[in-house]
Amino acid sequence: MRDPATTARPAAPGARGTAPGDALARHVRRLGDDALILGQRLCETVTRAPTIEEDLALSNIALDLIGHARVLLTRSGQLDGSGRSEDDLAFRRTEREFENVLLVELERGDFAVTIARQLVFSHYAVLHYTALADAADPELAAFGTRAARESAYHRHHADRWTERLGRGTAESHRRMQAAVDRVWPYTAELFEEDELSRTLVATGAVPSVAALHDDWAAAVTAVLDRAGLTVPALGPQPRGGRDGLHTEDFAPLLAELQSVHRQYPGGSW
Amino acid sequence: MSATAPTGPRAADAPADGGAPQEAERAAEFEALVAAGESVEPRDWMPDGYRRMLIRQIAQHAHSEIIGMQPEGGWLTRAPSLHRKSVLIAKVQDEAGHGLYLYSAAETLGVDRADLLDALHRGQQRYAATFNHPALTWADTGAIAWLTDGAAVTNQAPLCRTSYGPYARAMRRICQEEAFHVRLGFDMLLALCEGTPEQRAMAQDAVDRWWLPAVALMFGPPDTETAGTREPAAALGAAVSRRAIAWGIKHHTNDELRQRFVDHVVPQAEQLGLTLPDPGIRWNDERGHYDFGPIDWEVYRGSLEEDSHTARRRIAHRVAAHRDGAWVREAAAAYAERPTAPDAAPDRTTAGEGKPTG
Repeated sequence: MRDPATTARPAAPGARGTAPGDALARHVRRLGDDALILGQRLCETVTRAPTIEEDLALSNIALDLIGHARVLLTRSGQLDGSGRSEDDLAFRRTEREFENVLLVELERGDFAVTIARQLVFSHYAVLHYTALADAADPELAAFGTRAARESAYHRHHADRWTERLGRGTAESHRRMQAAVDRVWPYTAELFEEDELSRTLVATGAVPSVAALHDDWAAAVTAVLDRAGLTVPALGPQPRGGRDGLHTEDFAPLLAELQSVHRQYPGGSW
Repeated sequence: MSATAPTGPRAADAPADGGAPQEAERAAEFEALVAAGESVEPRDWMPDGYRRMLIRQIAQHAHSEIIGMQPEGGWLTRAPSLHRKSVLIAKVQDEAGHGLYLYSAAETLGVDRADLLDALHRGQQRYAATFNHPALTWADTGAIAWLTDGAAVTNQAPLCRTSYGPYARAMRRICQEEAFHVRLGFDMLLALCEGTPEQRAMAQDAVDRWWLPAVALMFGPPDTETAGTREPAAALGAAVSRRAIAWGIKHHTNDELRQRFVDHVVPQAEQLGLTLPDPGIRWNDERGHYDFGPIDWEVYRGSLEEDSHTARRRIAHRVAAHRDGAWVREAAAAYAERPTAPDAAPDRTTAGEGKPTG
């Protein structure tokens, strides 16, 4: 585990200049990457859910997340003046150019892992997108309003399943606790700020995610309590996604995501 | 049947002391009401054969939606643009929804979804054999939507008027969404056809492979003399179709619907600039229809084989999902039984597939 305070971090090749538009573009692209990669993981669960109702619910959430990614990546390409489209950004960047948090790329695991990841992410997303609704950039603000509303549904879905699994059977309790333990260390990165985001926060361009942590922790803890689950102890906190330093789970995911697009250079879809 | 007919076949709880003559009378009344285009509702009296035929057909239809999620669902992670990815997610999601409407319609006939799924998993009930064809490239998702869903719409549009009310109502919702899928499939192929030569070749290859499954398997075996076959299978098919038509379950023969589909699709293929892999296709002024080549029914029968590689894969995928989800369904059922559980009331979201141990 690298300590961010003492480890020199190589800049990701995706890092562009430091003009204000570029900084905001990169920040927005990071959020787009989070939504895209989580949506991709959920796509893997479709046709594999425990019930048909859950195939429906999870595909619905995946659809929202891909929708979020489209807005954010499109906006990023406009803000940095590169004119890159959502598809340029989704399908033509390399592993190191993606700056999603590690949480969203972790292998899908069982249904409990899906729910645990949705639980921690959706609680974060509602808080973050609600705050983003006050962003100076009108497109980001409009996105925040819409995405917060959709994420509230995702949060409800995750809350209900966390409780059902936590209080269902001995097996479901064991699996759900293991899943929470699995994803918990990766939640720290959601609230981490670096020089780029601190600068944007200081100018009032975007909300501070660090400031959302306590509300998030209180809300998730309340759900885990209701579910009879234990909040994991704070151990090592893997990070690196925001610098394009991923887990080994990531490259195969990206290869699959981009495979058809890259097989047909110059294709229009 | 209309709600204004409180007597007759609707009176399912009437004393059964009349014996066989009363049964015959009920059957006659039932057939008269169906012939008059009335809707049959779950609590109405109905002949056992009618009930069995409906359960078989609706279950097969529901299974087809659920198995049909797989060939396209497998491409969700590889869709080449975020727009196409969104469209495909929405389509697969619709198919799950269609499966749910249809299982619900079947349940009004006194069967249980869990039992129907068990029958599917054990190979005791079928689904559209079309889906036993492999989806080999991205363009297959377009060909499936355009041709297979197009065939489904042709088949299903008349089912919106089928005699059994819950089935007809489910079909009205389904048909609207299916028609949308067909348009999106066409649009997706059009994009490929207007793209690079490699994209266009991918589209043509997919249409080459999905044409016969659509035209043969989606409509079933020939059931009229005009299909140019004197095989005993056609005679049997014709008998089953006659029965289904008399009961108002079907309104057209397989061959009529097949012709309608061909007439519809040939001009669209011309618009796309794609060749349908049947050299026999040409306009017949005299008939006012497109002629098309005889279907190789050996291919049809071959596709019904349950031990083909893809067929085994489809069922294994379903069974694995069901097995892997057993602990989740068990947990949801246990949770729902807890006295303090907020969703102790029946909750389709969790208890849908019953039999948690399944």
